[in-house]
Amino acid sequence: MTTLQPPAAAEPRPAPPPARRDRRSWTGWGFIGPFVAVFALVFLAPIAYSIYLSLFRDQLIGGTTFVGVDNYTQALKDDQFWAALGRVSLFLAVQVPIMLGIALLVALVLDSGRLYGKSFFRITIFLPYAVPAVVATLMWGFMYGTKYGLVGDINEAFGVSLPDPLSPDLVLASIGNIVTWEFVGYNMLIFYSALRVIPHSLYEAAEIDGAGQIRVITAIKLPAIRGALVIATIFSIIGSFQLFNEPNILRPLARNAITTDYTPNYYTYSLSFNGQQHNYSATVAIIMGVITMVIAYVVQLRGMRKGA
Amino acid sequence: MSSPLTTDSPATPAKTSSPARNAPRLRGPRRHTPGKPRRSLLLTVLTSLVVLYTVVPLIWLAINATKTQAGLADSNGLWFSSDFALWDNIRDTFTYDDGVFTRWLLNTLLYVVLGAGGATFLAILGGYALAKFDFPGKRGIFAVVIGAVAVPGTALAVPTFLMFSKMGLTDTPWAVIIPSLVSPFGLYLMWVFASEAIPTELLEAARIDGAGEARTFFTVALPLLAPGIVTVLLFTTVATWNNYFLPLIMLKDSDWYPLTLGLSVWNSQAETIGGDVIFNLVITGSLLTILPLIAAFLLLQKYWQSGLAAGSVKE
Repeated sequence: MTTLQPPAAAEPRPAPPPARRDRRSWTGWGFIGPFVAVFALVFLAPIAYSIYLSLFRDQLIGGTTFVGVDNYTQALKDDQFWAALGRVSLFLAVQVPIMLGIALLVALVLDSGRLYGKSFFRITIFLPYAVPAVVATLMWGFMYGTKYGLVGDINEAFGVSLPDPLSPDLVLASIGNIVTWEFVGYNMLIFYSALRVIPHSLYEAAEIDGAGQIRVITAIKLPAIRGALVIATIFSIIGSFQLFNEPNILRPLARNAITTDYTPNYYTYSLSFNGQQHNYSATVAIIMGVITMVIAYVVQLRGMRKGA
Repeated sequence: MSSPLTTDSPATPAKTSSPARNAPRLRGPRRHTPGKPRRSLLLTVLTSLVVLYTVVPLIWLAINATKTQAGLADSNGLWFSSDFALWDNIRDTFTYDDGVFTRWLLNTLLYVVLGAGGATFLAILGGYALAKFDFPGKRGIFAVVIGAVAVPGTALAVPTFLMFSKMGLTDTPWAVIIPSLVSPFGLYLMWVFASEAIPTELLEAARIDGAGEARTFFTVALPLLAPGIVTVLLFTTVATWNNYFLPLIMLKDSDWYPLTLGLSVWNSQAETIGGDVIFNLVITGSLLTILPLIAAFLLLQKYWQSGLAAGSVKE
């Protein structure tokens, strides 16, 4: 899972296989065939189709014409796109480290065996993962309310006036809080599962060498779960760049703060479904896909090399 | 509950399968060893803060589901208002607008049964093929599928919508179900699980006994995969149950909405001029939406936690 294999083309063509092997190869396809067929329909075909779309433009006069890379040059000069990308990059730089940091700390604490009621903590912190983004966002949206929400209650009870979490200045942080709430437990569980499979002989050896808890964490535990850390980071990057649900659902409560081009994904959605600019929308989606994959790949290379 | 399985113990329970019964046995060798760490009150308190963060919103939801629309406005969010309206709210949620909530619930169930169920089935078949068969193009398939995980799923949404609309599939349940059928994560998990849980000799023995491939799969392999299946089924169920973006773009007709989309519509209804403000029903509906999944995760935790642990072995 942590290594990308070379593409199929790299595989040498085998010499004509013996009869028995041949029979088996067909059998294997019988089992994986259905998955591959649906995968081709919902993954590969849309990718190919969006690349095709991005090369054309639909105009009122002249209809659909081939425009080469014009859509791409337009997107690269598009301020709305860059502003949206900047917003999710800021989100990524702040929210992801906080979320993964908390998740890692909790996983280490759980794994240390020093908690009372460990399984209670593990399952409770994981629970928000089962809550749909829609419900999580509605819930937090209500609580953020300065009038009737929890923020309003706090203001009233303590006679303070907290800043409005749904104001333009704070709304990105408020979204970050919702996303952190949703996924901190999920990431914690990934780290925890990885920690649990570290061979215990390593700890015993460390103990004989007189290593303290902190030393055990930095010298044994963290290097051992590097794969899980990289995977969680990559998934979080993908998630941040795809941000859509939370701002989309929160928008009715914060019309001034959340625009319809708030994130790149929201922008492609608006282009397609409000503006009918399908070709340009596909172009922006492809650019975002490429950026995401490049960053994910770089993180993977760096993460795997570090200390290896 | 049970601690996840370890590398040195087999990733699945042997033979016929009740992992529930086997789990306590597996727990034995693993009880913490490095000098039997002392329990720490300080760490427990600090971790409790994180628990507080995760449960307070859920408690808020449960408390506020007991309030009327008026009660929501003039009572403190973390305490009950004078009138306890939970039962009225539940009844109203199900009967509002000719019982459209019930319709959305049934739609969601349809998408989960066919989408998540289908995704799990395809992942089992595919994972079994990757783990136990040699066939041309195997490495290629694996590379493409794993590579596709990095493609932002929502980036595909617009082209998928346009493609489906050409095929006449938009605004039908198929537009939601078909894209849900592919779970690369499920395929990966089943592949890891099948390679560890199914001894190849067992398959050979079944074939020598004259069982066909289908029969071998269903009678020999499938039962051994049970914990892995529960894990994949739970995670694909969450993905389908919680899906919002896909139905949002694919469906126009609110008769086909899943719960998530319906709740979002109810919520934004307050904004439209003359729209009925029903935040009490949005909150109660939200509570009803999350209860089944939370119950499933709690009840099945020993299955999916061991399934996840097995998945992380290979990482």
